[in-house]
Amino acid sequence: MKTAETPAPVPAESGASVVKVDGPAGPRRKEKKQGATLNVFSHAILIIWAIMVVMPLLWAVMTSFKDDRSIFRSPWSLPDRLHFDNWSRAWTEANMSDYFLNTILVVGGSLIGTLVLGSMAAYVLARFDFPGNRFIYFLFIGGMSFPIMLALVPLFYVVNNMGLLNTIHGLILVYIAYSLPFTVFFLTAFFRTLPTSVAEAAFVDGASHTRTFFQIMMPMAKPGLISVGIFNFLGQWNQYMLPTVLNTDPDKRVLTQGLVQLAVSQGYKGDWSGLFAGLVMAMLPVLAAYIVFQRQVVQGLTAGALK
Amino acid sequence: MQHGKYRFIVGFLAVPLGLYALFVVWPFIQSIYYSFTDWTGLSPEFKMVGFDNYERMLDDTIFWKSLQHSLLFALVLPVVTIGLALFFAFMINVGGRHRKGGPVVTGVRGSSFYKIVYFFPQVLSIAIVALLFAFAYNPDSGAINSILRGIGLDSVQPLWLGDPDLALWAVMAVLVWSTVGFFVVLFSAGMASIPTEMYEAALLDGAGRATTFFRVTLPLLWDTVQSGWIYVGILALGAEAFAVVQIMTTGPGGPDYSTTVMVLYVYQKAFRDGQAAYATTIGVALLVVTLAFAAIVMRLGRRERLEY
Repeated sequence: MKTAETPAPVPAESGASVVKVDGPAGPRRKEKKQGATLNVFSHAILIIWAIMVVMPLLWAVMTSFKDDRSIFRSPWSLPDRLHFDNWSRAWTEANMSDYFLNTILVVGGSLIGTLVLGSMAAYVLARFDFPGNRFIYFLFIGGMSFPIMLALVPLFYVVNNMGLLNTIHGLILVYIAYSLPFTVFFLTAFFRTLPTSVAEAAFVDGASHTRTFFQIMMPMAKPGLISVGIFNFLGQWNQYMLPTVLNTDPDKRVLTQGLVQLAVSQGYKGDWSGLFAGLVMAMLPVLAAYIVFQRQVVQGLTAGALK
Repeated sequence: MQHGKYRFIVGFLAVPLGLYALFVVWPFIQSIYYSFTDWTGLSPEFKMVGFDNYERMLDDTIFWKSLQHSLLFALVLPVVTIGLALFFAFMINVGGRHRKGGPVVTGVRGSSFYKIVYFFPQVLSIAIVALLFAFAYNPDSGAINSILRGIGLDSVQPLWLGDPDLALWAVMAVLVWSTVGFFVVLFSAGMASIPTEMYEAALLDGAGRATTFFRVTLPLLWDTVQSGWIYVGILALGAEAFAVVQIMTTGPGGPDYSTTVMVLYVYQKAFRDGQAAYATTIGVALLVVTLAFAAIVMRLGRRERLEY
């Protein structure tokens, strides 16, 4: 499939360089015209989808500043004035502040735990030969394709028997366990790409395996840790199924659960504007972080799939 | 590197592996065992009942409905999501206006803008997205019907989530909305790494854009497309389907079981109806479906790897 080997079927083009076009010869003009139509067409399609993505989000932001009556009467009208009280009501009365705090605690704990434990396991699996290495590796990555709900039924009782049900630390442990498959998969591949010589040199100099890992390999693996960290952060921050099953105490609810609960209870309270304020409140920090760290986020989320 | 090697290996693996075994592997094994018992989940006592749960499952019309819906999710969602994403990614990468002296194939202007915007739903929780669309679908005061009224379609006011024929599709559309962007970005990255000479050669050979796409772009992206296919399928059978159906539909799973999917049925049987053993039986069926899906996609998608 080299350009040079391809016999050009268009006589006017034969011999001419592909990239440089001297003048719009007949077939080339047609090609150009087709290109222009395509260009308009593709922009139209792409803009339509962009609008379809942004509109629901803008609608939510707009609605969060409206009062309940106009939300129901005219969903698309602009707010008569900016009802900031929706936001303060959501933050205090609807317990959004508690949900945020719980989420930060759970995600903070499990993110650190996932990265430390995941990289320990991945390092050993990537760098050391021992009987059972392959088996353990496939045991870990097998967890990526199994339906988690199947395990959640007995897990509820396992967690309950250990006294970890409805506790923040119990949720942290479960989050870590369910984040390990992808983390181990990703970091094992990453550790394999790192040069072995540095670690060997450190080892020869008398550093223990443990010290070599924490002082030399972890810093070298920083790009991989950032990618997988972003991946896990978003996955854990947005997690819905695990807390729904394992965390039923109203005081311990995380953000996603709290919002869903809020929506259910608004059925009789009727504070829809407060709920929209809560939704936007939960949406904005993540979107803002994404826009700021756009490149890293995209890299982190797509890194696994491109391997 | 032998000194203390095994002590180090054990020391490093013990905690992650122990945690994983306790919270992931062990419950999986247990649930397969429980599917042969009459355990309710409410009391610790139970006895073996052989294949009773499986026989009951085969006679359970709701189970068959949920299986049907889950299969529909696993078939439709990857086709639509991956199809749309490939289309958009192709538009972004080769839809550009030909500039004089520039390469034959160029990306559209503002391609990075599109990619940033398309990716928005990916960073949001599926729970938040589901809540948002549950309101948008509201027949009286929702955003969608309001738009329809606005453009003069007063007679077209579907009940969306309230209509048993429409609810499942309305839910699926939300999953498409939230997943497409990720794959646009993923496929775009793949397409950008395909050398332009390949497109130029194809165009010189007289190939149209469509032929170029199917004969050049798609084969070179095949591995990514295939793993994306499996990824969407697993989400459509598991966690994402659970979240959207549980949050958006009445019941949840309604109206009239028209949106019940397997993963939701497992949850309801275990944590609402106190039939934990029967729930694990449906869960085992879900496991079989998921693994069969992955195996079929891998089997059908097997072709020679193209190097470039």
